[in-house]
Amino acid sequence: MGLLVITVGPMVASLWLSFTDYDLIQAPTFIGFGNFVRMFQDARLLNSLGVTFVYLIVAVPLQLAIALLVAMLLNRGTRALPFYRAVFYLPSLLGGSVAVAILWRQIFGTTGLVDAVLSLVGIRGPGWVSDPSTALGTIILLHLWTFGGPMVIFLAGLRQIPGEYHEAAQLDGAGPVSRFFRVTFPLLSPIVFFNVVLQVVGAFQAFTPAFVVSGGTGGPSDSTMFFTLYLYQKGFGQFDMGYASAMAWVLLVIIAAFTAINFYASRFWVFYDD
Amino acid sequence: MTIERKSVRAVLKHVALICAAAIMLYPLLWMAASSLRPDALIFRAPGLWLTAVDTSNFTTGWTSLGSPFSVYLLNSAIVVLGSIVGNLVSCSMAAYAFARLRFQGKRVLFGTMLVTIMLPFHVVVVPQYIVFSQIGWVNTFWPLIVPKLLATDAFFVFLMVQFIRTIPRELDEAARIDGAGHPRIYLQIILPMMVPALAATAIFTFIWTWNDFFSQMIYLTKPQLFTVPVALSSFMDSTSSSSWGAMFAMSIVSLIPVVIAFLVGQRFLLKGVAMSARR
Repeated sequence: MGLLVITVGPMVASLWLSFTDYDLIQAPTFIGFGNFVRMFQDARLLNSLGVTFVYLIVAVPLQLAIALLVAMLLNRGTRALPFYRAVFYLPSLLGGSVAVAILWRQIFGTTGLVDAVLSLVGIRGPGWVSDPSTALGTIILLHLWTFGGPMVIFLAGLRQIPGEYHEAAQLDGAGPVSRFFRVTFPLLSPIVFFNVVLQVVGAFQAFTPAFVVSGGTGGPSDSTMFFTLYLYQKGFGQFDMGYASAMAWVLLVIIAAFTAINFYASRFWVFYDD
Repeated sequence: MTIERKSVRAVLKHVALICAAAIMLYPLLWMAASSLRPDALIFRAPGLWLTAVDTSNFTTGWTSLGSPFSVYLLNSAIVVLGSIVGNLVSCSMAAYAFARLRFQGKRVLFGTMLVTIMLPFHVVVVPQYIVFSQIGWVNTFWPLIVPKLLATDAFFVFLMVQFIRTIPRELDEAARIDGAGHPRIYLQIILPMMVPALAATAIFTFIWTWNDFFSQMIYLTKPQLFTVPVALSSFMDSTSSSSWGAMFAMSIVSLIPVVIAFLVGQRFLLKGVAMSARR
């Protein structure tokens, strides 16, 4: 099966490479845990982990909350549902493209759209993408802009909740808030879980927006240096393949750990009614 | 709750939705409008209103890289078409095997496959790159297409398995009684019935491959082989930020196929999404 050839095989190879020093030209030399030791002393790498975590912790919950909120607004019988769904879904299909990242770089640039609008009301905006304190924020905003992806999954899940449940709860005197926490959320929890797992895995792998918005540098002052971007620079900029492999394995272990925590935590809040 | 209060809330909800829709679409519409403006105006015009239509951004953008932009569109089209064909053929065969055949280690393999959905691409890309560079495939389209021929997009295999499971087994059995083997059941019974799943796969593959940047950037370094995303990125590097107009114009050109694919295939995409979320 192709799975073995293209995925499992390279994984094993990359595990081996992570213990070597390899520049594509000379044969790999075994250096034991050298790469991993180097990583702990590599301040830029540790910083890139931090940037990725901030992105994950801010962007993923916010995006999912927006997606769920809008999905619930749309689910309550709007005749214009197909229109809104299309409008909200489309950006999530375009959001990973270079074209949109270029647009973002302009909008939040020193002479960009946002500053132009702000200057109309007399505010001088910072150059959002060139200011280390706001650059990551623009990339998080781009992620929020793509909330349509999880939204359509929520919509599909909401549609499977029978209306009678809500009517019954309403008859018993449950207000909208308690209906959300006692009816909608428990029944939707497997879908919420599905979205959380997917988005967490996706957030660790975000690359294109950071690459394009920062011009491939991860700047200003490494504020948008995502882990994947640093891996790219090491592996395909400097052809330090051993180090890049070791980084990839660290990423894999982190993602696996997060996914395991997710699955473990799901026992306490995800309900399967079958 | 009185009817009056209900309708006030409904109006509020619609106002909120309309505002949200406007905010979501504004950046795209503004980019489209700006691509038709002279550069000097882009910074001073945050609105959408065009006083004059200026198409020169498109003509300068089209030719301002090493090759005319049509070359990059064609390269992207080759990669995308190859990926679609690869995914359709290989994922549907793998899905048929998982859904209908009995073989040893099926559960383990299926589980492994599901896990690879969550696997970061970066873990496999380094050794893949090394292998492809040693057989001399860097600066060809093969590294971007061949993996698709081997059913590596586990998400689509999963989607198709979910779909095949909804097809009644009685159909297979009737065909088997008529003397059909697995190849014929796959080709003549299952494939025609799973057209919606195939359509979803084709459209998702189209959009994701068209937008894919990382792998196209590492494998294609010769300018005449650039795909659209790589070309756009190099455009960004090569020009000073004063030529936003031309860059916007080519960005719009690059987004149009995705928007069309979305409008044509939205039905199938939503179906595919709904299916993948049902466990």
